[in-house]
Amino acid sequence: MNIPDNLFYTKDHEWVKIDGDNAKFGITDFAQSSLGDITFIDLPKIGVKVKQSGLYATVESVKAASDVYAPLSGELLKINDELVNHPELVNKSPYESGWFSIIKISDAAEKDKLMTPEEYKNYVEGLSK
Amino acid sequence: MEENINLACTPLIAKHKKLGAKLAPFGGWLMPIQYSGIIEEHNWARTNAGLFDICHMGEFTIEADLTKSNLGDLLTVNLNSMSDGSCRYGFMLNEKGGIIDDLVVYRISEFQWMMVVNAATTNTDEAHLRKYLNSATHIENISTYLGKLDLQGPESGNVLKGLVGEDLQLKYYTFGYFNLLGEKIIISRTGYTGELGYELYMPNKKIIELWDKILTDKLVRPVGLGARDTLRLEIGYSLYGQDIDKNTTPLEAGLEYFIDWGKEFMGKAALKKEKDAGLPKKMISFASGSRRSPRHNYHIVHKGEDIGSVTSGSFSPSLGVGIGMGYVSREVKVGELVDLVEGSVTINAKVVSKPFYKKGSVKCEGLKK
Repeated sequence: MNIPDNLFYTKDHEWVKIDGDNAKFGITDFAQSSLGDITFIDLPKIGVKVKQSGLYATVESVKAASDVYAPLSGELLKINDELVNHPELVNKSPYESGWFSIIKISDAAEKDKLMTPEEYKNYVEGLSK
Repeated sequence: MEENINLACTPLIAKHKKLGAKLAPFGGWLMPIQYSGIIEEHNWARTNAGLFDICHMGEFTIEADLTKSNLGDLLTVNLNSMSDGSCRYGFMLNEKGGIIDDLVVYRISEFQWMMVVNAATTNTDEAHLRKYLNSATHIENISTYLGKLDLQGPESGNVLKGLVGEDLQLKYYTFGYFNLLGEKIIISRTGYTGELGYELYMPNKKIIELWDKILTDKLVRPVGLGARDTLRLEIGYSLYGQDIDKNTTPLEAGLEYFIDWGKEFMGKAALKKEKDAGLPKKMISFASGSRRSPRHNYHIVHKGEDIGSVTSGSFSPSLGVGIGMGYVSREVKVGELVDLVEGSVTINAKVVSKPFYKKGSVKCEGLKK
């Protein structure tokens, strides 16, 4: 299971890359592997304000549709347009070309609720026991 | 995995685990859902040959002299018009015309038959048959003894030719006995994918050996139940327990083709009555205009009115759009628009004719060169 050291994580299997006031989101290797082949992703529009742990996107795999929750609160600055026609990028490269969106963080204190790579690794190992 | 404690396993369970399959419950069995990935396995079966572990399905052998046995009265299939070595798809219905099971009957000889039924319904089927069959009929449930592997895809005939040592020369929906691994086994040209394909009935004691042997051919890869579901849905085949069950009739499911009105069978009077009165619901098929896919239980909305719900829905790997089917309470014609709705999600779709995928090799003549 690939869990990069430079990211933060949520219990809903999203990753967050903090870059100053901005944060980049995606779903983890564990999430893409559990979902299987991803066939469609519905992301909110640029400018939309999302809330930490609030419903923010839908990911469809061959078998099912799943909800994705925002790891932090903020305003959407950018979304990954490539995912419209190539949702399989999330399976192939969940942490790089399969990123979902970038937000401007509205409440920096929320970062405390995120998991470190070590904490997330333990969390995932606990799930598969 | 505590929830899996009461599930049955096929003899191939260790093989599936070794191949890294994702396992999940299906019809009371712990079955492989996928190996490398549903889309990759789906495409492989459409272009080469996929191998499926179908040992969970049920088989009965039946001794029945049709001049004395009432076997034919329990099936929509006309057994009298079948020839030796032929198979036929049909239904076992209850008195109300509801589908107890969909099944394939094999005529081995004038007095010998095999019936292949769904895994989850094997026991209720057996109970129904034992309740109604007369003393001129002898039935045996051989499901725990007999295993089944499906080999499906345009290359499946060539693969089997290499394995058996001869061209099987089976026409669609026929079967024969072939020598394989020291056993004389039934191989039928049948399947559930819309491709040229075969079903191999091998005693469970040699299933692992057969599985390994078939997989030595580089044109063959294992395919799980996930891709089996997308393959069958693209052809518009019904899945028992999801698209059809004891509360639906073959007429409602759009499967009247498999009803022989010229013979008597349990449920016929109810079907006749339903046909005369008009169907309360009817199966339609639809394709979405995008990759977004309808799912089981989504509402079907036509001209602003909720007229039914989706029974099967999925992304179609071959077509690149969402497809599905479901029952509606009013007539909706091919080409009309429907919305598939669940909560805040609305998928625009068009009613289409089956099969969704029209390029299957299922009825091809001869083997691919």
